[in-house]
Amino acid sequence: MLRQASRLLARPPRLAARARPFSTDLPAADQTADATFTEAWNKVIPNIDPPKTPLSFMQPRPPTPSSIPSKLTVNFVLPYASALATKEVDMVIVPATTGQMGVLPGHVATIAELKPGVLSVHEGNEVTKYFVSSGFVFIHANSFADIIAVEAVPLDQLDANLVQKGLAEFTLKLSSATTDLEKAEAQIGIDVHSALNSALTG
Amino acid sequence: MAMAALRREGRRFAPLISPRPITAVRSSPIAPSHEDECPIGVRYISTQVVRNRMKSVKNIQKITKAMKMVAASKLRAVQTKAENSRGLWQPFTALLGDLPSVDVKKSVVVTISSDKGLCGGINSTSVKISKGIHKLNSGPEKETQYVILGEKAKAQLIRDSKKDIELIITELQKNPLNYTQVSVLADEILKNVEFDALRIVFNKFHSVVSFVPTVSTVLSPEIVEREAESGGKLGDLDNYEVEGGETKGEILQNLAEFQFSCVMFNAVLENACSEQGARMSAMDSSSRNAGDMLDRLTLTYNRTRQASITTELIEIISGASALEG
Repeated sequence: MLRQASRLLARPPRLAARARPFSTDLPAADQTADATFTEAWNKVIPNIDPPKTPLSFMQPRPPTPSSIPSKLTVNFVLPYASALATKEVDMVIVPATTGQMGVLPGHVATIAELKPGVLSVHEGNEVTKYFVSSGFVFIHANSFADIIAVEAVPLDQLDANLVQKGLAEFTLKLSSATTDLEKAEAQIGIDVHSALNSALTG
Repeated sequence: MAMAALRREGRRFAPLISPRPITAVRSSPIAPSHEDECPIGVRYISTQVVRNRMKSVKNIQKITKAMKMVAASKLRAVQTKAENSRGLWQPFTALLGDLPSVDVKKSVVVTISSDKGLCGGINSTSVKISKGIHKLNSGPEKETQYVILGEKAKAQLIRDSKKDIELIITELQKNPLNYTQVSVLADEILKNVEFDALRIVFNKFHSVVSFVPTVSTVLSPEIVEREAESGGKLGDLDNYEVEGGETKGEILQNLAEFQFSCVMFNAVLENACSEQGARMSAMDSSSRNAGDMLDRLTLTYNRTRQASITTELIEIISGASALEG
């Protein structure tokens, strides 16, 4: 009987360990979920629980402070990773379609589309540069900046020879392109490669 | 010893003994099978049936255990990807908020499910939620269409909602999931389906045993403008300056498309994780059930075997005592 007792005691920790090897801590924010949605759902489909919505999985953002904060909080996300998550920096320079845009704390709320170019993050004395392919940047009034890019590489991982080759190849494609689609694709290739070129040289 | 040898060969001992109708103790529920070859008029309890069942149950246990291991390793691979992609949709929700109860004329439900089965109840849950949303958004002048990803949801939805299905996409996980593939998919959907609001239904992965059905809403740019003007949750969207492009509408269009592809990417990854986790727990309970069944069958087998031994002994002894007089 003592043997059984020790076996029973040994089991629960193992169960707990087995239930949690892959558990992730999702920020289960309080139920700021859409109350109208849950009400409407419960009226029409009373038997099933309403599905959750993304709002319940997100940390709420702080409201706009009255004075300009000293640091800018940056979230730089890619489909494969979050390069920077709520990092406090002094300034970021983003390659918007209208040109390089510097973002400081207290910047006016903006939505901007990005073109291929160099993104630099300034924190104190150190500057980190990435080449981003394209994406969007949202600057909120509370000095939060969200940069969403499809691809981003640190500049030291770019190979100058391949960039030149790519540029030559796409210029050739543009001159031999027949349909609009081919022309557009070749033009995009040229834009990206010349941006890469200027990133490496400039 | 001789008896044991003969018993092993499955033959009766001393056919000289008159086959008196001896009611053998039949504790096993299995009737004497028709597949044993013994002389007519002789009762014989066969353990063959039980043995066959035990073999097949043991094989099933091995297979389900192997499937659980495979699902565990696949889960490990997809889980890191899914967790890394979680940051992708958060900026969009921070900017545009989340309005599942928005009132639109044409909403499209994108149901994400798996292609393979044996993964528990997650596909049925997704389909139930999709049908619920369809019901919620139907009324005069409102219509809802489906876009289906995955074979399992297709099988369930094609039965009663065939006319509401716009697009069916299967074999999504033939190649490892990546953003390029999902953005091409999102492009196809955006090109072929017109919508005011897209509602993506998937199972969000919390842990190996918990998957939460979730619905993410992506609005078309016109609806975003409408909601921004009418105030409410999107009211301060007008405060945002829009850089670049000729018109604000163009940027909002690009934004909506980008948002859709990002949300789809995360949803597809989370659903893949949930599928593997559900398959792990389904196969785990299946192998445990098979183990229980095997225990019960072993007991039955032993009882049957002992009963046949007892029967033999009784017949021999009663035969011998009849000879003695």
